[in-house]
Amino acid sequence: MGMTMTQKILAAHAGLKEVKAGQLIEADLDLVLGNDITSPVAIHEMEKMNVKTVFDRHKIALVPDHFVPNKDIKSAEHCKCVREFACKHEISNYFEVGEMGIEHALLPEKGLTVAGDVIIGADSHTCTYGALGAFSTGVGSTDMAAGMVTGKAWFKVPSAIKFVLTGKPANWVSGKDIILHIIGMIGVDGALYKSMEFVGDGIQYLSMDDRFTIANMAIEAGGKNGIFPVDELAKDYMETHSKRDYVVYEADEDAEYDETYVIELDKLRPTVAFPHLPENTKTIDEVEDIKIDQVVIGSCTNGRIDDLRIAAKVLAGRKIAKGLRVIIIPATQSIYLQAIDEGLIQSFINAGAVVSTPTCGPCLGGYMGILAEGERCVSTTNRNFVGRMGHVKSEIYLASPAVAAASAITGKISGPEELGL
Amino acid sequence: MKANGRVFKFKDNVDTDVIIPARYLNSSDPAELAKHCMEDIDKDFVNKVKKGDIIVANKNFGCGSSREHAPIAIKAAGVSCVIAETFARIFYRNAINIGLPIIECPEAAKNIEEGDEVEVDFDSGIIYNKTKGTSFKGQAFPEFMQKIIAAEGLINYINNK
Repeated sequence: MGMTMTQKILAAHAGLKEVKAGQLIEADLDLVLGNDITSPVAIHEMEKMNVKTVFDRHKIALVPDHFVPNKDIKSAEHCKCVREFACKHEISNYFEVGEMGIEHALLPEKGLTVAGDVIIGADSHTCTYGALGAFSTGVGSTDMAAGMVTGKAWFKVPSAIKFVLTGKPANWVSGKDIILHIIGMIGVDGALYKSMEFVGDGIQYLSMDDRFTIANMAIEAGGKNGIFPVDELAKDYMETHSKRDYVVYEADEDAEYDETYVIELDKLRPTVAFPHLPENTKTIDEVEDIKIDQVVIGSCTNGRIDDLRIAAKVLAGRKIAKGLRVIIIPATQSIYLQAIDEGLIQSFINAGAVVSTPTCGPCLGGYMGILAEGERCVSTTNRNFVGRMGHVKSEIYLASPAVAAASAITGKISGPEELGL
Repeated sequence: MKANGRVFKFKDNVDTDVIIPARYLNSSDPAELAKHCMEDIDKDFVNKVKKGDIIVANKNFGCGSSREHAPIAIKAAGVSCVIAETFARIFYRNAINIGLPIIECPEAAKNIEEGDEVEVDFDSGIIYNKTKGTSFKGQAFPEFMQKIIAAEGLINYINNK
């Protein structure tokens, strides 16, 4: 029986010719990742281990990004703990505040994640790197600690769901709309414990940034990982950003899938997830007048250069609705600089938005845009759970950068078409 | 090993943001996290829960972030076991890795109600609802995971190897 793309990567890293869904394996890791929230717990766990050295100081990435620049004294203590650990173990991929970015935007940009890798990260959105054809998945801090010491992790080999993406998406329909549509269709546990393998001719129309967004939100359907085939665009990306060799794996023709869905990209509309689950989706055409108080454009889901370009297309030359707060967060320092070079930041500020240094900040209700009771936010982030961005009686509507930017102008949930775009 | 306690019942998709809101993640101290366990879904949970009590939920318990602080907060709040129809993948791993017993059992999750007295036998996987007099067989852990649980977590398991 054939193997899926994910199964082939896992088999190669477990030193096995073949693996089957449900099989427990131990796989070699190419990268172990942690942030300022999860790493301190992992570092503490590591202290309890007999071996107290890391398996490979070049294969660990530590990215303080959630509450950074430090939002309070306790966060500062956490960051200090990570910094001291990185220094002690000479971790080569520790990113201090001036060179940082949101981890899942930063690592591909730095060339640390390439096709064929097995990556674990103590952050649920570690699944992002599947866009490049890697197997990457979120774990907790104890798994991170074990991974840092042993260079290995145990996995139950997942079965898979195949998503065949066909056709070309219309103007203003992005990777975010595609993944929200899929989550709306299969639910927040629709891919529980499984791989989401994306294939089909529609992928050629998706930028790398679109693919990162889609793979990033595999977890919001419960998925273990999301993964894309490695085409010329992905190879170009890796060759531009990384010095590492990549390995291209392809699913066998007779690979087994639990289910197959065909997604006609040309028929999709801008999509919004209503509170309080990413599966509560509606197309923009089904959305009635919903007044909003805040817009957030950023995060590991939608803080990349393409996202900012789209937002700027909508915001440039316009003014944000009176009484609305718009917070734009480039995901990395390099994206921030590029946005300055391209004049995007100027457009944002002229429109009345505030632009922040890279941080996860408001996405998880950390800081930099917390909501009060009864407030509503359109956000390009990934979760709209109760209390996620602030008060338990606040509301988050998940959307693409295009919809978020258009909503910023009208003061209610809107698509760019409403502005005649 | 057995758990014995009164049940707090929750519905589908209890996410890690309501188990332990991110505004408290500037701490990793179990006792501090326990003070805010379930705060955004049931403000009085920490005042009502007694050592040994059991959480029962429907599907996809623990969905969302990878924060190990979630099972840590539940364990430190005194909860002896979580029973659910299904668990989110990362929460499942994290619970086993830190030694919080969890059991997938759709039938038990459907039958057991808030306030029921429940006994769980981890060796046999039998879940007994003392209030209703019903019993269920939970899904047994694969041998590999049993070894991690027997070692009281992944770190000890690796240390013992």
